[in-house]
Amino acid sequence: MALKQTSGVTVTVENVSLSFGKTEVLKGVNLEIKPGELFTFLGPSGSGKSTLLRSIAGFGPRPGGRILIDGDDIAGLAPWDRNVGMVFQSYALWPHMTVRKNVAFGLEERKVPAREIAERVEAALDLVGLAAYGDRRPSQLSGGQQQRVALARTIVVEPRVLLLDEPLSNLDANLRVQMRREIHDLQRKLNLTTIFVTHDQEEANTISDRMAVLDQGVIQQTGTPLNLYDNPANRFVASFLGTANLLEGRIEAGDGGLWFIADAGPRLRLTPDAGAAGDRTAAMMRPQNLTITDADGALGQDVAVLEGTVEMLEFLGTIVRYAVRVGGASMLVDETHRVGRAVHAVGDSVRLGVEAADIRLLSA
Amino acid sequence: MTTVSRSLWGPGAVALSLALFLIVFLVIPVAKVIYVAFQDPNTGALTLINFVDFFNTSLFQESFFNSFYVASMSVVLASVFALPLAYFTTRFNFGGSILIQTLGVIPLIMPPFVGAVAMVLLFGQNGSINLLLDEYFGFTIPFMEGLNGVIFVESVHYFPFILINLSAALNNIDRSMEEAAQNLGASRGRLFRRIVFPLAMPGYVAGASLVFLKVFDDLGTPLLLNINNMLAPQAYLRISSIGINDPMGYVISVILVMFSLLALWTSFLALRGKDYATVQKGGGGLMKRDLAGWEKAGCYAVVILILLLVLSPHIALTLLSFGTVWSFSPLPDAYTAQHYVDVVSTSSTYITNTLLYAGLAAGIDVVFGTAIAYVVWRTGLPGRKLLDYMAMGAVAIPGVVLGIGYLRTFYQFDVPFIDKPLASWWVIIVIALAIRRLPYALRACVAALQQVSVMLEEAAENLGATKSRTVRRIVVPLMMGGIVAGFVTSFATAAVELSATIMLVSQESDAPLAYGIYEFMQSASGRGPGAALGIIAVLIIGIATYLSHRVINKKETERAPQQAAAPEEKVQGA
Repeated sequence: MALKQTSGVTVTVENVSLSFGKTEVLKGVNLEIKPGELFTFLGPSGSGKSTLLRSIAGFGPRPGGRILIDGDDIAGLAPWDRNVGMVFQSYALWPHMTVRKNVAFGLEERKVPAREIAERVEAALDLVGLAAYGDRRPSQLSGGQQQRVALARTIVVEPRVLLLDEPLSNLDANLRVQMRREIHDLQRKLNLTTIFVTHDQEEANTISDRMAVLDQGVIQQTGTPLNLYDNPANRFVASFLGTANLLEGRIEAGDGGLWFIADAGPRLRLTPDAGAAGDRTAAMMRPQNLTITDADGALGQDVAVLEGTVEMLEFLGTIVRYAVRVGGASMLVDETHRVGRAVHAVGDSVRLGVEAADIRLLSA
Repeated sequence: MTTVSRSLWGPGAVALSLALFLIVFLVIPVAKVIYVAFQDPNTGALTLINFVDFFNTSLFQESFFNSFYVASMSVVLASVFALPLAYFTTRFNFGGSILIQTLGVIPLIMPPFVGAVAMVLLFGQNGSINLLLDEYFGFTIPFMEGLNGVIFVESVHYFPFILINLSAALNNIDRSMEEAAQNLGASRGRLFRRIVFPLAMPGYVAGASLVFLKVFDDLGTPLLLNINNMLAPQAYLRISSIGINDPMGYVISVILVMFSLLALWTSFLALRGKDYATVQKGGGGLMKRDLAGWEKAGCYAVVILILLLVLSPHIALTLLSFGTVWSFSPLPDAYTAQHYVDVVSTSSTYITNTLLYAGLAAGIDVVFGTAIAYVVWRTGLPGRKLLDYMAMGAVAIPGVVLGIGYLRTFYQFDVPFIDKPLASWWVIIVIALAIRRLPYALRACVAALQQVSVMLEEAAENLGATKSRTVRRIVVPLMMGGIVAGFVTSFATAAVELSATIMLVSQESDAPLAYGIYEFMQSASGRGPGAALGIIAVLIIGIATYLSHRVINKKETERAPQQAAAPEEKVQGA
């Protein structure tokens, strides 16, 4: 008996707020998660991402606002009446039960007939590759195996939604990548609406259909990983997703186009539709989108050229990262490293090239 | 479908019934005692006259001073026993450590009054030791003269409290604390003074205040040694001989409670904000060093001497129980098993009563303890802390005070169908024992509950188990080790409790072991059978303790690798 593929449900979070004493942990969160989607809450610790997840599962104080599953408000229900499956960060396997008993627990609580329980437990263990481990105690399993048991225990009850609270944080690096793929495959196979909480940007990028970046109890931006990386809505999202050069300044017209005049000095040409002259804004450039040459090196046409001095360099293997002083600003530039090629030394005069298309102006 | 607020109804109802029980059987009786102490015996008006009378009576002045002196000196003497043992076990690598750990706590499983008579035979004016000293060296030592006897018996009995708390504190100091200090240039002496001593101090003070409290409140030991000019015996004698309306018994009760609170407050201050458990993962304990041959011999000599001393009540009691006549001689004249035959055939009701009372009391304690622990630590019920404070408050109430309170409060209350006041029904003894031991069972349950991660419960609720199902299937099974430990602590100490029961036993057929031992020990001819009963009590407790350790160890090894090492269980009292 294989586990059923679900039709997938919609999860809607409407204006959810929550305070612990005087601390506001969630400040009016709104979200819509589509059927069968793998959706990630990404944010630093203290951003409210786990609190939001726990609110959906029914743990912690009851939040203000509504939480809807396929249109039904579940915010007032006890955790055991919600049928949303949660995998805990520490797995929370019960040490006094065998693996099989752990997995059977939810079915027993649902008063499923014993024969069916046995079949479904075996199917779930089989699905996570632990069919031979049913009689072990959780303490006799490795971290990755415990993780799989936790997953099996949750999906065997066929929950409407799967919640994963930093499920990979207790695993070592290699296993993390492997488990990430397994969770992804399993989620696809079951077509289960899934919410994944993590503070790890790479994890979020690789696994999510869409994600929400949270900070200080507020959703900063929602979208696909690629979209968020390329078009961050604000300074926080820009710097939390990867490394960003941020320059504060204003937009000016002149010289046959739009220019960004940074307060710290540099002038950058913008694309014609970048914004309105006179606005104050911030310009964001990713380090790998800047080019670096010697002081007399040639740069392509339509490329703004900035003159500067190397302040610092870090050799990271695949790339060399430079910090270059340009006027009052320090710009990070990544250059792909080729074996044997010379690098610019600290103190060298260099030129930076910035293409107008690589500049993003941030509204906030 | 239930809502979140409805999920608090069950725990709310449980909490209310627990609170009601504690109010009826702890708060009201104690409040009654305090009220009567401040009441004019003739007019019923509130007054301080009873306290003025108390402090103007020379017998009470003397009793007050004696109780204070005995409790303080017992702390000093107990420290003399405990300090070297604690230091040796934590500092040195030598086999004696195991000896200390196993034998060092044995005194706790026998109430001090049981050993008191046997101690007279060993250390008294005409006891074995003094007879030998006189014969070979021509002098004697007044170990057991007057108050000395009480101090000696009490400190031999209660020193493990200091040993256990101090050893735990020393063991909780991580090696890195010591290494960091050495790394920063602290040598041995400074290391001890600046690091080890301050880190271990809270543990010592906690143990010492516990000893003070126990000795100050003890009734059985002074009574058996025939020392009546102390506070607890005076309270008992006033109530039992003059009557339940004599105000002095109540005044003494108030003073006993105040000193208990003072001792507990001291312990609280010592431990407040000093969670010094610094042991890191994989670390553990101070650096231990190996001993040279002569050092080892010296340590063994000290350890064996102390252990012989603290085990002497057991040794003497065993001799007494098998001896025919033991008087004016170092050892009994001859040996016999007759006393055991006698007590088993004539006094087996004492034994069955004890098993019944202590078993019921301990059962009540762990059920209530688990419920209170859960309500206090896992629910958001308003006022839940109050329940914890009430239950723990029993620690500060000496058995004599509780006994007096019950007599006063429940004498007019007739039990339906039994036609007898509640105060003289055997069930009141069970309730008194349960209330007295509840704090210890509760602490064991709380410690066990804190070992159970909230996530384990949330996982169950997430999979559809309601609160009560979660408690039954996840929480209680995982707490079982702690619950068993709590049961045994309650059972073992309730089985030999005397101070509350001595006031509540209304007829011989209702009496438990401790009462029986006390009765036997009153007369010279009853000493042999009394000692035999005492040995039986020790055996019952010993077997129960051993079995519970088996259960707990089995449970712990089952799930050892996954769970963090359980913190050293602190024994807080008996």
